[in-house]
Amino acid sequence: MSVTLTIDGTEVTVPEGTLLVDAAKRRGTDVPVFCYHPKMKPVGMCRVCLVEIGRPARDRATGESLLDESGDPLIQFGPNLETACTITVGQGWQVRVSSEKAIQGRKEIVEYLLTSHPLDCPICDKGGECPLQDLTMGHGSGESRFLFDDKIRLAKRYPLGELIFLDRERCIQCARCTRFQDEIVGDPVIGFYERGRRLEIVTYSDPGFDSYFSGNTTDICPVGALTTADFRFGARPWELNSAASICPHCPVGCNLTLSTRREASNAGRDVVKRVMPRQNEQVNEIWICDKGRFVHHYARSPERLTSPRVRKNGKLVKASWNEALTRAAEGLKGAASSAVGIASGRLMNEDLFNLKELMAALGGRAILVDSMAGGNLIQRYGVGVGSNLGSLGKRDAVLVIAADLHEEAPIWWLRLKQAAERGTTLIVANARATRLDDYAKHRVRYGPGEAVQAALGLLHLNGGDPELARFEGDRALKSAARAIKRARNVTIFFGQEGLNYAGTEALARACALITESKGRVGKSNNGLVAVWPRANTQGAWDMGLRPEPAGLHRALAGAVAAYIVAADPVGDDPAAAAPFEKLSTLIVQDLFLTATAELADVVLPAQAFVERAGTFTSGERRVQRLYPAVGALAGSLPDWKIVANLAHRLEVDLEDKAAPLVFERIAAAVPDYLGLSYDDLAAVEPQWPEVGGADLYFGGTAYANKQGLGVQLAPRGAGRPLKWKAPPRASAGKDLLLTPVTVLYDRGSALRHSRLLEGRIAPLQLILHPDEIERLGLSEAGEVEISWDGRSERLKFAASTDVPPGSALVPRGAGLALSDPTPVTVRRSNS
Amino acid sequence: MTEHIVLRHRDIERIDQLEVYLENGGFRAFESIVRKKSPEQVIDIVKKSGLRGRGGAGFPTGVKWSFLTPDVYPRYVVANADESEPGTFKDREIMERNPFQFLEGVAICAYAAQAEVAYIYCRAEFWDLTLELDRKIEQLKEGGLLGKKLFGSDFSLEMYTHLGAGAYICGEETALLESLEGKLGQPRLRPPFPAAEGLYGKPTVVNNVETLTNLPLIIDRGVDWYRKIGTEKSTGTKVFSVSGNIELPGNYELPLGTTFRELIFEHAGGIPNGHAIKAILPAGASAPILPASDEVLDTKMDYESVPEVGSSLGSASIIVIDETVDIAWVESKITDFFEHESCGKCTPCRDGTYWMKHIFERIMDDTAQAHEIDLLHTVGIGIQGKCLCALGDFAALAVTTAVERFRPDFDLHVQGKSSKAA
Ligand SMILES: Cc1cc2nc3c(=O)[nH]c(=O)nc-3n(C[C@H](O)[C@H](O)[C@H](O)COP(=O)(O)O)c2cc1C
Ligand code: SF4
Ligand code: SF4
Ligand code: SF4
Ligand code: FES
Repeated sequence: MSVTLTIDGTEVTVPEGTLLVDAAKRRGTDVPVFCYHPKMKPVGMCRVCLVEIGRPARDRATGESLLDESGDPLIQFGPNLETACTITVGQGWQVRVSSEKAIQGRKEIVEYLLTSHPLDCPICDKGGECPLQDLTMGHGSGESRFLFDDKIRLAKRYPLGELIFLDRERCIQCARCTRFQDEIVGDPVIGFYERGRRLEIVTYSDPGFDSYFSGNTTDICPVGALTTADFRFGARPWELNSAASICPHCPVGCNLTLSTRREASNAGRDVVKRVMPRQNEQVNEIWICDKGRFVHHYARSPERLTSPRVRKNGKLVKASWNEALTRAAEGLKGAASSAVGIASGRLMNEDLFNLKELMAALGGRAILVDSMAGGNLIQRYGVGVGSNLGSLGKRDAVLVIAADLHEEAPIWWLRLKQAAERGTTLIVANARATRLDDYAKHRVRYGPGEAVQAALGLLHLNGGDPELARFEGDRALKSAARAIKRARNVTIFFGQEGLNYAGTEALARACALITESKGRVGKSNNGLVAVWPRANTQGAWDMGLRPEPAGLHRALAGAVAAYIVAADPVGDDPAAAAPFEKLSTLIVQDLFLTATAELADVVLPAQAFVERAGTFTSGERRVQRLYPAVGALAGSLPDWKIVANLAHRLEVDLEDKAAPLVFERIAAAVPDYLGLSYDDLAAVEPQWPEVGGADLYFGGTAYANKQGLGVQLAPRGAGRPLKWKAPPRASAGKDLLLTPVTVLYDRGSALRHSRLLEGRIAPLQLILHPDEIERLGLSEAGEVEISWDGRSERLKFAASTDVPPGSALVPRGAGLALSDPTPVTVRRSNS
Repeated sequence: MTEHIVLRHRDIERIDQLEVYLENGGFRAFESIVRKKSPEQVIDIVKKSGLRGRGGAGFPTGVKWSFLTPDVYPRYVVANADESEPGTFKDREIMERNPFQFLEGVAICAYAAQAEVAYIYCRAEFWDLTLELDRKIEQLKEGGLLGKKLFGSDFSLEMYTHLGAGAYICGEETALLESLEGKLGQPRLRPPFPAAEGLYGKPTVVNNVETLTNLPLIIDRGVDWYRKIGTEKSTGTKVFSVSGNIELPGNYELPLGTTFRELIFEHAGGIPNGHAIKAILPAGASAPILPASDEVLDTKMDYESVPEVGSSLGSASIIVIDETVDIAWVESKITDFFEHESCGKCTPCRDGTYWMKHIFERIMDDTAQAHEIDLLHTVGIGIQGKCLCALGDFAALAVTTAVERFRPDFDLHVQGKSSKAA
């Protein structure tokens, strides 16, 4: 049903239930707002969106419309102005946004706001992109009737945590920040305290403002009250240039805008001043997580490599590109088919393509370090074109298995939470409780490491092989299976928690078969999504790289030379150094001198994402472009170019001129990418809500997307029949199954080199169930000794009732060299 | 007026004891409706009685109950015992001296609303009274008058008291519900009204203590009896809390429609020390101030007549002001009060009361500029009709009407004109 009304004399037709403020916006009329935000429920607090509303008069007795002399419906205007953000449109209304009375009303509101506002625009970070400033220009009077001495004086620099600072004088009490935390992300860690003009935002958490999404509040705060620790007093908005990018930290692929400025601190060259969300309603809407926002500082770390190095007399010394490449080429040439390339999903498609081509030309292999299977199945069973978590509704279901999305892919977590609140059936299956459980309709628990069993149980109950009957699980699993059966569309997110490579392989198959059972493979909002450990792991699979199922040591057995790009296997596990030490040539290409690089014969300095053009393929298989934001660090080159330069020395023809040209080759050679071009990826279309326009007050300071929404690849479809695999046998026996669990703030090189989030990095500790702690006779504080495969390690420990019986947890990438779940013996550590 | 309806303890000694209350027909009304009447019939009786809310707005009680969203359960009933209006002290007397009639009223309301849980939200300062109410509720449970499956029916009822934390705004029904839910007491956007989505999002009736205390006798004695008291549109009695420059301050329960003159001069003993009456605040701080003209004094105190002379009856806390009092001083106090009590949720009230308070500071210092009196008025006008709840309007109206009606009192404070400045 639609409703027609006139706004300032122009007729508009909008769906029934549309808020008046949105209806006006769709017609191109900006009703000023402060507290209203199109992503949140209206609260009607700031009262600035005042308009005059005339409604058709009705006869009280008959209910019929009254007519005026000329036979038109008689329109009656109430005595008071009304708030356009809280009222849904009505048929035949006449709304006046620009009438004298409405403007006067808004003027008064702005004047009241300014009485208690410090008006320190000249030193305010929001100055230049501030709705209050703009409205004051538009509506305010030139002169103040309020005595300056009566102004309230409050704290100007109040840290809500180490990331977000509050200027209490500037706060206009619109509650956008508190409502965002409560309503959108479910972390109500900030709130109002006191009342009246003394009302102030406080934090309730320790550490302060403890939420992975805190930075978004600074975008939607309509004034300069909330600022981030890193951009605070960092630059004026009008000095900033912007470049489009994609977040390199997880498979969500959030669209970013990097704001840059030339600075003396960088010899007059560009510096990234802040990372902001760029709107993509199908990917991240207008949000990003704090990792995406704050971790980029590693790109400016003084520890970046600025020159190639080669080993001379046992020592790594600086060398020219020519010398380093020649030395590397010699090593690879000598090894030929005994050369192995090892890379990670941190790289862009262009890099991975060139690497794969080079290794193929040598007759060697290109291996992916990330030990998780399923990329090939995603190519067949991935989500259909048009899939959008924001469009999931009551008839859809989502299964999340063996993943902790809040830690691994925060924006997916956020969007699935919201989908569940809209009525989507959310099924969360894991050996332990995770934060998505709070929003799940079905919570399936399985034993440690038994995700495959649970998936096979779900498959069985959805018409799978009768042989699978033995996996039929408990009541929760059965009702989850029924929910999958009932749903119209089913999306499955699978991860690797508690599984080794073989386990993820079996899990991916089982999940693929579940989607197949629905018969809707290839349709939007149907299919598989892998919760990859890296932003572009899917791209790596697509470019033809594969992990070595038996592990890296197997890939290195018999290798003579290795070319490691964007990976640090020795840093991940110092005990894995031996096979690298045996190689005749080890080439490492990275941003930093990693532990692996320290063993290398040749070290090649690569560029950071902020300096680069290229593409990532997200977990939902959307190919998206990154644009260079700042000039490259002197001495470094993009990975694809280093690989191509190396290739030339080996007489292999690879594209070395420009990233788009590499992509052209991809588009000619890689099946699902056939015919794609950078132009396709740069296409945009109008999005709702509109952000980044002249009226920043509507959506916040998130950037409008002018540089591309990306292209979602179509899955190839089922094809030849797929057979399920039995779960790998894993028994911890008397030992505990030690399961690495992914944490957002790990000890990865990006976080370590960024500083800002240092205090929030997950500590290395063993997490044990309190019962286990008691059984082991551990005292409250202290350490434990864990041992496995003849190795042992001393660790601190902590208690959590979420640890499943028979297991122990450890944060992944926090310093313990374990990537697969492993049975360990835990005992009290003496001393 | 010979007999009290609400302040019945003034007629019957020791009615605050359960056995005395029962001997005097207590809980007869509640038992009879649970046994014999449908909730709809009870709502109908209350509608016909013409009973209107005594909390301030005067909304017809039965009509409010009929707005409960059908078929949505659980439902809640909340007795508004936040009584924070300056000059209002009637609910306290009722709950202290005639508690069982109040509790029976809550029970009747709960049955009509089909709510099985009722809360009594008391202002923080009532903590001793709240403890006493807890004991009374316990007695009712022991006596089988509260609890599961009452009188052999399917209707069960539990009652709980809840203490506020000292905010005037928590008397506003939606702020009260927020507070009851454990949140910061700030009004909600309306609609939805509590009857549609109230406590924890469920249909909820919020009624004032005095409103509820009327119910047992309306049920017991019938609509015709009740309608004979008061006026056609404002039926029944009202407890008028009288304070200020008055010989006999206190609560007076009189039929609605009694004139100001009768209340002030016949019942409350008139103005002390032979002074003349100057002004009346008919609803505590929350309504325009009235000059005590003959027209005003002869106005009937009911929900229709007081607005005709430019104010409203509100909770009927009559503050009497004599000729010795400076109205600018009165209003500066009222503004201090509202500035202190503004919840801060909406801009015009939060910042407007802050602004007015600062202008008043200069007025009371006799350092105001002449134009600041007009500015004060403009600021007040700007607040009106723009706020999220009624508090903002109350705050503004008190000031604007005072400036309009008592301008000379203000002008005396302008720099150079004041007595002090001499
Ligand atoms: C600022 C403000 C304060 C209020 N304070 C009280 C109060 O203390 N007690 C009360 O019963 N009603 C108070 N009310 C009125 C309530 O919102 C509500 O209308 C009343 O409890 C309904 O009960 P009734 O219909 O029985 O009057 C207040 C309203 C406002 C706007
Ligand atoms: S800090 Fe900003 S977003 Fe939060 S209430 Fe204040 S003005 Fe609004
Ligand atoms: S959710 Fe993932 S892609 Fe998005 S900002 Fe966070 S880390 Fe980056
Ligand atoms: S009018 Fe005043 S008390 Fe009411 S919501 Fe607004 S700020 Fe709060
Ligand atoms: S009241 Fe409508 S935008 Fe704040």
